[in-house]
Amino acid sequence: MQPALTVKQLRSELAGPFELSLGRGTCVAITGASGSGKSLFLRMVADLDPNEGEVWLNEQARAAMAAPAWRKHVTYVAAESGWWAEIVIQHFSPNRREEIAALASSLGLGAELLDAPVAQLSTGEKQRLALVRALLPAPPVLLLDEPTGPLDEESVVRVEALLRQRMATGTSILLVTHDPKQAERLGDQRYRMAARRLEAP
Amino acid sequence: MNPILLTPLDISIAASLIILDAALSILLKLRLHRQIAIAAARMVVQLVAIGYVLRFIFSLNNPAATLLLVLVMVLVAAREVATRPETRFKGQSTLAIGFVSVGFATFVTAVLALTTAIRPQPWFDPHYAIPLAGIILGNVLNSASLSLDSLLGSVKRERQAIEARLSLGGTYREAIAPLVRDAIRRGLLPIINQMSAAGIVTLPGIMTGQILAGLDPLEAVKYQILLMFLLSGGSGLSALAVSYLTAWRLTDERQRLRLDRLK
Repeated sequence: MQPALTVKQLRSELAGPFELSLGRGTCVAITGASGSGKSLFLRMVADLDPNEGEVWLNEQARAAMAAPAWRKHVTYVAAESGWWAEIVIQHFSPNRREEIAALASSLGLGAELLDAPVAQLSTGEKQRLALVRALLPAPPVLLLDEPTGPLDEESVVRVEALLRQRMATGTSILLVTHDPKQAERLGDQRYRMAARRLEAP
Repeated sequence: MNPILLTPLDISIAASLIILDAALSILLKLRLHRQIAIAAARMVVQLVAIGYVLRFIFSLNNPAATLLLVLVMVLVAAREVATRPETRFKGQSTLAIGFVSVGFATFVTAVLALTTAIRPQPWFDPHYAIPLAGIILGNVLNSASLSLDSLLGSVKRERQAIEARLSLGGTYREAIAPLVRDAIRRGLLPIINQMSAAGIVTLPGIMTGQILAGLDPLEAVKYQILLMFLLSGGSGLSALAVSYLTAWRLTDERQRLRLDRLK
């Protein structure tokens, strides 16, 4: 079967070259020490950092797509979430409140948080809301950078359940995690990043 | 009405005030007397020098010489703009952005004033073109510098927010727009303050100078109003140009945020 995401000879001055193929509805989990290049790799796939080489979404080459369209389909969620407006709900499309609240509640977040100022949220709440924000438009490929980094055990279980549910409906995930157990739980394929190259674990 | 010309004696009497400052510094142990003396001497030398340069350029009455002097002034202003911000581009981009923005804003406003309002014959007569360019340049420098500093600082601070928008498929234009807007606003504030305070809190320098030189106050006021309009136009253009050029330089054909281009 045609992989959902194919990475060929992806490299930059800082990392690579990388080769990878991610099957539809599956998860590739990448572990490795901090500073080994895990985030760099995800940022290169999302085309947020300068890079060379090819990335394909199904049969579509990244080079043939405008950058914003590419990132709508292949969405990167950073380890530290970014917010540009004062109130949480201002970061979402305004007419999908019920879907947003449902997604948030599946991650253990009350609907009242949607009207809270971002500055009042905890790191863990921001992290989960950033995930809700990325999942809402249902991109076919997710690039998740430590999605459960600052979360407690119960929230980790909820996030993993939501990700599994998305994978079952065809979403493919490239997951960076420092937790080898999480990589085992979620990863259909596993890699280790060392010295800015991918290797078998 | 002829201006009252100053004699060397008049100036020497005024210079005694500098001696007073220096004496105060010694008396109160401010340790500023050296700096006061150097600054005063620098000011005299620089102004006398520019006096001779202006007299020379006026006597040449050559458009190329006038343009050359204005370009040198723009270059010096651009250097000031480029060295102020804490965060700068690698290489010469900051200077280039400063030069283009300051030069463009000054040129457009000065030419507009010379060809429509002041209308000397010919319009590039150095008696008018050079002082006018100088006044506009001083203000434009201030606006461009504030806008540049604001944008470069906020882009660095707001990196996560900008990249979050880009990651979700937003365009670079959407992601950077609020920061560009703030930068332009920052550049326009001083001229707005200056216009609001003019005549109440401050008597603007040009008007005061013309009144001292013997011009009727209402004529001087008209000149000052014209100048304020020119200065606000120049400030707006330079804030706009410097902000958009900087925003453009911070991205590439794949709509990335290129903070790696900053030092």
